[in-house]
Amino acid sequence: MPTLEIDGQEITVEDGLNVIQAAEQAGIEVPHYCYHPGLSISGNCRMCLVEIEKMPKLQIGCNTRVSEGMVVKTNSERAKHAQAAVLEFILINHPIDCPICDQAGECKLQDYYMLYGAYTSEMGLEAKVHKGKVVDLGPEVVLDEERCILCARCTRFLDEVTKTGELGIFERGDHARISLFPGKKLDNPYSGNVVDVCPVGALTSKDFRFKSRVWYLEKTPSTCTRCATGCNIDIYHRQGEIYRFRPRQNPEVNEYWMCDEGRNSYKSFQQDSRIPNPLVRGASSFEVTPWADAAKKTGEILHQAKEEHGADAIAAIIGAKATNEEAFLVSRLLKEQVGATHIAGLSWSPAGSFQDDFLIHADKNPNTHGLKSLGLLNGGGEAEAVLSAVENGTVKVLLVFGADLVTTFGQERIDKALSDVTVILLDTDYNETTEYADVVLPIGAAPETDGTCTNHAGRVQRLSAAFPPRGEAKAGWEALALLSTQLGGPDSVSISDVFGELTKTVSAFAGLTYGKIGFQGALLAEGSSAPESGGTES
Amino acid sequence: MAENVLLRHEDIPDIHKLDVYVAHDGYAAARTALTTLKPEEVTAQVKASNLRGRGGAGFAAGVKWGFLPKDSDKPVYLCCNADESEPGAFKDRAIIEWNTHILLEGMLITCYAINAHTAYIYIRGEFAYGAECLEAALADAYAKGLLGKDIFGTGFDLDVYVHRGAGAYICGEETGLIESIEGKRAYPRIKPPFPAVYGLFGCPTIVNNVETLACLPSIIKNGPEWFKSIGPESGPGPKIYGVSGHVEKPGLYELPMGLPLREVIYDYAGGIRGGKKLKAVMPAGSSFPVLTPDEIDVHMDFDSMRAIGAFLGTAGIMVMDEDTCMVRALEIVDRFYHHESCGQCSPCREGTGWLHKLLVQLEEGNAKADDLELIDRICNNMMGNTVCVLADAAAMPTQSFLTKFRDEFVAHITHAGCPLKKSAPQKSAPQSDAA
Repeated sequence: MPTLEIDGQEITVEDGLNVIQAAEQAGIEVPHYCYHPGLSISGNCRMCLVEIEKMPKLQIGCNTRVSEGMVVKTNSERAKHAQAAVLEFILINHPIDCPICDQAGECKLQDYYMLYGAYTSEMGLEAKVHKGKVVDLGPEVVLDEERCILCARCTRFLDEVTKTGELGIFERGDHARISLFPGKKLDNPYSGNVVDVCPVGALTSKDFRFKSRVWYLEKTPSTCTRCATGCNIDIYHRQGEIYRFRPRQNPEVNEYWMCDEGRNSYKSFQQDSRIPNPLVRGASSFEVTPWADAAKKTGEILHQAKEEHGADAIAAIIGAKATNEEAFLVSRLLKEQVGATHIAGLSWSPAGSFQDDFLIHADKNPNTHGLKSLGLLNGGGEAEAVLSAVENGTVKVLLVFGADLVTTFGQERIDKALSDVTVILLDTDYNETTEYADVVLPIGAAPETDGTCTNHAGRVQRLSAAFPPRGEAKAGWEALALLSTQLGGPDSVSISDVFGELTKTVSAFAGLTYGKIGFQGALLAEGSSAPESGGTES
Repeated sequence: MAENVLLRHEDIPDIHKLDVYVAHDGYAAARTALTTLKPEEVTAQVKASNLRGRGGAGFAAGVKWGFLPKDSDKPVYLCCNADESEPGAFKDRAIIEWNTHILLEGMLITCYAINAHTAYIYIRGEFAYGAECLEAALADAYAKGLLGKDIFGTGFDLDVYVHRGAGAYICGEETGLIESIEGKRAYPRIKPPFPAVYGLFGCPTIVNNVETLACLPSIIKNGPEWFKSIGPESGPGPKIYGVSGHVEKPGLYELPMGLPLREVIYDYAGGIRGGKKLKAVMPAGSSFPVLTPDEIDVHMDFDSMRAIGAFLGTAGIMVMDEDTCMVRALEIVDRFYHHESCGQCSPCREGTGWLHKLLVQLEEGNAKADDLELIDRICNNMMGNTVCVLADAAAMPTQSFLTKFRDEFVAHITHAGCPLKKSAPQKSAPQSDAA
């Protein structure tokens, strides 16, 4: 734990930090381009030059480990002069095409120019070195060689993190450029990360480019729901439309990265298949129905079934895309308000789902572990048992929350099983199971939902609603609270209310609060998490 | 000095052939070292000789060897730096092609001293003939048991490999050289760690210049006192001076270290061609400051040169007569650094090209009034701020040209072009791929 002085501030930091990291802890930004905490030290941009007492030459902060008694000056005349000089070098051949550059607004060249530069330009555009524009690297990424500052973050990412090595630096001096090795394409499951690590507008996302200026976008921290890993993300959105997901740092989960599939999954939440209104089956087809009426109808169906056939004539299947809060509310509704016992979690992934030893998990559900902790999943055969009860006629009303039974169990079987059963469906999108519903209640998709999911390692992580659910849809917990009141049960005023109830009821969650979980997540209590195996059916 | 050591082919024809070399005491020093001395005794003799590196930096060879960790369980490597690419330098090539075995014998002695069993000769790609000479000499040495297993029956093994570069100046920077042998792009490494601790394949490594290694047999044979008696004690020994440019007799001269530059130019190289007046000398290759005629009484050794703000470098002496346009000359120097900057560090990558552009503008008459100040500022911003010293190697001569021949540079602005109008500069560096 060395104690050192940075710009007159005394600070004690943990061992092994470099000057950039230590300064950050003191609230001081040392400007840098090539340094990235998730990659090896390259030391090429020279932007982080700082003055260190007893060292005659300026030192690069990224490659200088702090030590006891070190005196660092990041803002001395010498250091500031060197930083401005380096920035001038970096910009001398830059095309300065900010008005048409996607990076504008989140570009370190712009940021540092305002902080350290602001001199007059010494070189006319025609005199600059010209290089390749709009170079296609692969399905996700486009390169502008003129904007590139050769910091080698992208090549280091591909060499060190994915170990796929598609990109290299070719030629020398001010003609050096990033390029694909012959015969290669930048096409690996994590290729989009090179756009994130690029500190300038050289590597841009094919998907995002020209869609929006970044300063028009709002950023909401959340968790990716594409698989059981639960990479931490930021949702970039405007007026209920998502423009991109980007990874958010979490050393315990995804470090700085996410996979391309997760990154592109935002599109799945804003497709035409979203259900805009509550629907109640009429004589021949679904009828658009106000929420109050649809909820009342649902209450009547449940009440009547219980009166006529007993509590166990009502059952529920909860898909593992449900949040902990949603699963808890469904479970409570059936257990306490109805008195039913057939409540099953369902965690289904397509057979042979892609997985690797990095971030992509074979379980394509975000909350399988959470459903286990809630006692809804154990061996994985729970939904099968409920379906058998449906098939043998015991169950008359089936509530399905966020699960596509047809895809899981097959058209033929579901066709037979549900022919005589009343189905209440809560889901985000139309799917093949919607056909069988009698009441359809539209709920918010993951980016529209507050709550938590528990990843495969037992880490409880928060989802945040970036904006309200589409159309007339309600957040899942609100929809369930409405059903609860229909049956004379408790209302829920807020999502933290629901979570509070959950932590009191389920021992694995004991002691957790949203505050404690924060945006880095928290592990479930030791020993109370359910076993890992047998979580998925296929 | 009576006999050549390094340029011995001038005295003994065919000394590059093994039988001729052996007939003239060749490999006797290596035999002495391996059979009668302990490795640390060899190092002690080299330290006592005050042999300083001939690659340009002048670092004491024995001290460099002493930086090898004593307790490492990793193999130690020797890399012979034969990437001679400095403009004005052509001394190593002579040893490689004409006195090949003295280099191999020097490497054998060095490897014994540092306990290396594998050595690489990194030779610049353009030296195709030199590489052939080395391969042939290696084959002969292996055949005679002077390399390979159990050399001189001592149990000492050594394998030597020739590694050809692909045409990049930066591969002569020792960590760039190491990266290149490893099969990577020759980006110089951040130091520390130095190669002695973390070098080739992450193992302790010594990188020595051809001429340095070629000094070893004579030190073992004649003793450190003999070596120290040649030139100044702080950095003595036989030295090859390569004289090029506007002299009557350009070429290589093996002379004692520390001779006055004037003597080398006028007494050995025959003075200025056509009886013209001397205008400038770059005494150390292109990477160091230029000297004016009133500075050439300096002695050509590491410390005397430093005392006047110059360097010995590779002692590649480039002589320019009174007709030389100093702007054009500097434009050629800076074109070289623009072409050869590896492009890793921003100040060097962008600065070398920028400098060259400004010099082309000066020579063509398109310079602005304050361009000399701009050039000076660019040099200041490049120096000392990069991973290796290539940026300094471009900035140092540039600033010295500007300071010492300022009138000529100003004249290019006021005359809107070169008053001498001899030749047009090349606009940009030719393009080529790095290694």
